[in-house]
Amino acid sequence: MKNAESPPPAETGKRPAGGEDPASAFQVNGEAFFHSGDPAMPLLWYLRDVLRLTGTKYGCDTGNCGTCTVLIDGKARRACQVPMADLSGHAITTIEGLESNRLHPVQQAWIEQDVAQCGYCQSGQIMTVVDLLARKRRPGKDDIAAIANLCRCGTYPRIRSAIERALVLTRDSNK
Amino acid sequence: MSTRAALSRRRFLQLGLTASGALLVGFGKSAFARTTTQIELIGEDLVKLTGYVMIERDNGIVIGAPGCEVGQGVFTALPMLIAEELDVDWSRVRVIQLPYDEATDIKPADDVMHGNFNGISEGWKLMREAGATARWLLLQAAANAWATPVTNLHTEAGHVVHADGRKLSYGALARMAAALSLPTDPVALKDPRDFQLIGKPTRTADARAIATGQVRYGIDEYMSQVLVAVMLRCPHPGGSLESLDDKEARAIKGVVDVIRIEGPQPGEASAGILAAGVAVVAENTWAAIQGRRALKATWKPGPWQEESSSRLTASANALLDAAKDGIVLRKDGDFAGSRKRARLTLNARYELPFLAHATMEPPNALIDLRNDGALLVASVQDAPAAARMINALSGLALETIELRLPRGGGSFGRRLHNDFVAEAVLIAKLAGKPVKLMWMREDDLAHDLYRPFGMHELSATLDRRNRVAGWSHHCAATPLEWRTPVKQDASTASGCVETDGFPAGLVDNLDRIFHPLDSGMPRGAWRGQQHTFSAFAEQCFVDEIAAQTRRDAVDLRLEMLGASREIPYRGTGGPVFDSGRLANALKKCAELIRWKEKRSNGHGVGIACNFSFGAHVAHAFEVSMEDERLRIHRAVCVADVGRAVNPLGVEAQLMGATIDGISTALRLQVTVRGGQVQQKDFSDYPLLAMADAPDKIEVHIIESSLDPIDAYEVAIPSVAPALANAIYAATTVRIRKLPLLPELMRML
Ligand code: FES
Ligand code: FES
Repeated sequence: MKNAESPPPAETGKRPAGGEDPASAFQVNGEAFFHSGDPAMPLLWYLRDVLRLTGTKYGCDTGNCGTCTVLIDGKARRACQVPMADLSGHAITTIEGLESNRLHPVQQAWIEQDVAQCGYCQSGQIMTVVDLLARKRRPGKDDIAAIANLCRCGTYPRIRSAIERALVLTRDSNK
Repeated sequence: MSTRAALSRRRFLQLGLTASGALLVGFGKSAFARTTTQIELIGEDLVKLTGYVMIERDNGIVIGAPGCEVGQGVFTALPMLIAEELDVDWSRVRVIQLPYDEATDIKPADDVMHGNFNGISEGWKLMREAGATARWLLLQAAANAWATPVTNLHTEAGHVVHADGRKLSYGALARMAAALSLPTDPVALKDPRDFQLIGKPTRTADARAIATGQVRYGIDEYMSQVLVAVMLRCPHPGGSLESLDDKEARAIKGVVDVIRIEGPQPGEASAGILAAGVAVVAENTWAAIQGRRALKATWKPGPWQEESSSRLTASANALLDAAKDGIVLRKDGDFAGSRKRARLTLNARYELPFLAHATMEPPNALIDLRNDGALLVASVQDAPAAARMINALSGLALETIELRLPRGGGSFGRRLHNDFVAEAVLIAKLAGKPVKLMWMREDDLAHDLYRPFGMHELSATLDRRNRVAGWSHHCAATPLEWRTPVKQDASTASGCVETDGFPAGLVDNLDRIFHPLDSGMPRGAWRGQQHTFSAFAEQCFVDEIAAQTRRDAVDLRLEMLGASREIPYRGTGGPVFDSGRLANALKKCAELIRWKEKRSNGHGVGIACNFSFGAHVAHAFEVSMEDERLRIHRAVCVADVGRAVNPLGVEAQLMGATIDGISTALRLQVTVRGGQVQQKDFSDYPLLAMADAPDKIEVHIIESSLDPIDAYEVAIPSVAPALANAIYAATTVRIRKLPLLPELMRML
């Protein structure tokens, strides 16, 4: 297990430590970590400043934009709204952790449909859709309208087509 | 391009050979830059190189993208131009971002502005020349190697091919090519009929890196020893710090220092920092955020504490009521005389609010000031100005300042301003350490350089046959220049109204007059600029004229545009405006939205068109009211942007700008009370979300072989008027004030 508090920059969050209570551990992209710093710090800053997983973006402090969306136990959550204190025993997946050897169908669809403009909101969009497609095999109009991640560049129509494409890719890979 | 510019550019065209045998063709005083940016992408032996084309021994092709990508697609489209002329297989090209380098900068006098929005317009020739010159050298090298005339050779996907079938890869020829001297005459560019890549829908070059979270934006830059700074800024324009208690802030774990930043002096040019403030410098972002929260500061309000949105509206109304002492931008014929002769004179007044940029990635800048030079990592679109700013504030020589330009999370005009760079330099100087300045969302909304506020009063005189004989346009607005005394000349109007904008040149009697309105609010460039600002009034007013005279709104526009011809145009996108191209876009748009179709389902259709930056664009919407909610059933955008270098990218720009236009027109405004901005979060600045965005934007790109025009800004001006016109068609409610939705709810 790793304790990632204040790591030297070269070893971002990879410093092993001993003696922590295993119950307070949590996982990020499959690896176990401890946090001994400020329990009120939002997960967003832990991911970015400590683990240097910068695919998860900052866009506001209020949960309103969605650029910071990650999966916690598979569910899309706003990392800026989750304090470190709440993480014990939970598993976090960030955009970097979606891909193992090949692209996730949602990522693949995003590339094929050329969704990104500035691209800044897109990790959050992708994580939200990964969660949606895990819950609904056939998301309806309302499910898609419920995606509340903001995109200042106005990529919504291509997000829609990428969701369509991701559904096809998912079905094909399940065959 | 002037001959002088052509010559100096030729002189700058240089080439070099890298340690690994990579051929480099670049533009600049020195092809060997000091920077080591992106070395990890291109390998150990390419350290210290820059330029546009790099060819590796194993035939790997690396193309450098100049400028700064903020979502406008230049990172893909500009390298496409090089790849086309170089004749390489795009799927084998790696694109890297070039740093801005004072040493390789070709000055604006030479036509090229690194970091300009107009990447495609301005790069159109230059990038192709770079590719063509590299290809020429490779052909010469092959000709020498085979002792055969170049006419026996051609190129194909990264190889030179001999008429007898022999082949050599660019990689194999690179060393030899680099030993040659440059062509003395300009190298011929491809016949557009032979284009293979230009015009082909091409995906964003770094789409995979974006989708996997690997792209590093400025905000993602972490370096050892860099402290994070978050700033508390004076909420009063022109105000200053009165008292500060930073004890609690300093006590927070991780907070290293609290630094006071003196505000700009009254009258100081508006290019530097925006406001006085206090910076909390910390080991990490969370500590800096908390430190800022713990500051106890009181502020001395500046001269603007009485300013409010309602007062601004009253002042603008007063200026328009008096309608005197304005700055005359243009006067054609005799508008007053046309009024006397008119069968009917119509008037309407339109109001536009301040707008914020709200880039998804808030401004940020990482700066390392050393004794012997500086490094800036920030997405800035006016890199030369940023370099000069660092030079002025730090005293470091320009050629020792290195600028890296990571992909930026949106701009919309925001990253043309370097105020956040100035802040970072001031903080780093006082902190004595490298600093990454972070703007939080509330900073971004409450301390922006806003799109001007203002009003337009339009009058039209109609002759006996209901033709528009005269047009007068009085605009009362806060000019782009602020903090300095308002200039009483035509340049003052530049961000609010275009001297030769619609319908100049189309109507015989025309007055266009600007009344500057003073305000403490910082102002700046905003997507589409004066075009977005004026087109709302102009294109709504045409509809009002049509309604009053019972004419078809498309027919009236076509009548006003008249015969297809080129009309002199001194503003951006000039020197001419083509009334025929605009009429074509309008007609196509009307056809696609099925303008003539009678709708009995409560749906209304509205249309508008506009010329800006050389592009001719039309929008149409079909809307209805359902349970007090506005529904947009269809959205059509037709654009003539010249040749579409990357149609997939152009479509994205047109689609995105249309959505930006809808978002802004419906709900967005920045309001002022007690001299302070009231918006602090997305909850008070509600960008359009998926639920309210049309499922689809029907984009039609008009085929053209004319020179390409950047699509980033051009498809926003006609959105708001088309939407307002559609709302009128559906509801008979005429809205003359943006944003539309609050007004609509008030008037229904
Ligand atoms: S950063 Fe905006 S919702 Fe988390
Ligand atoms: S792609 Fe720019 S904010 Fe969504």
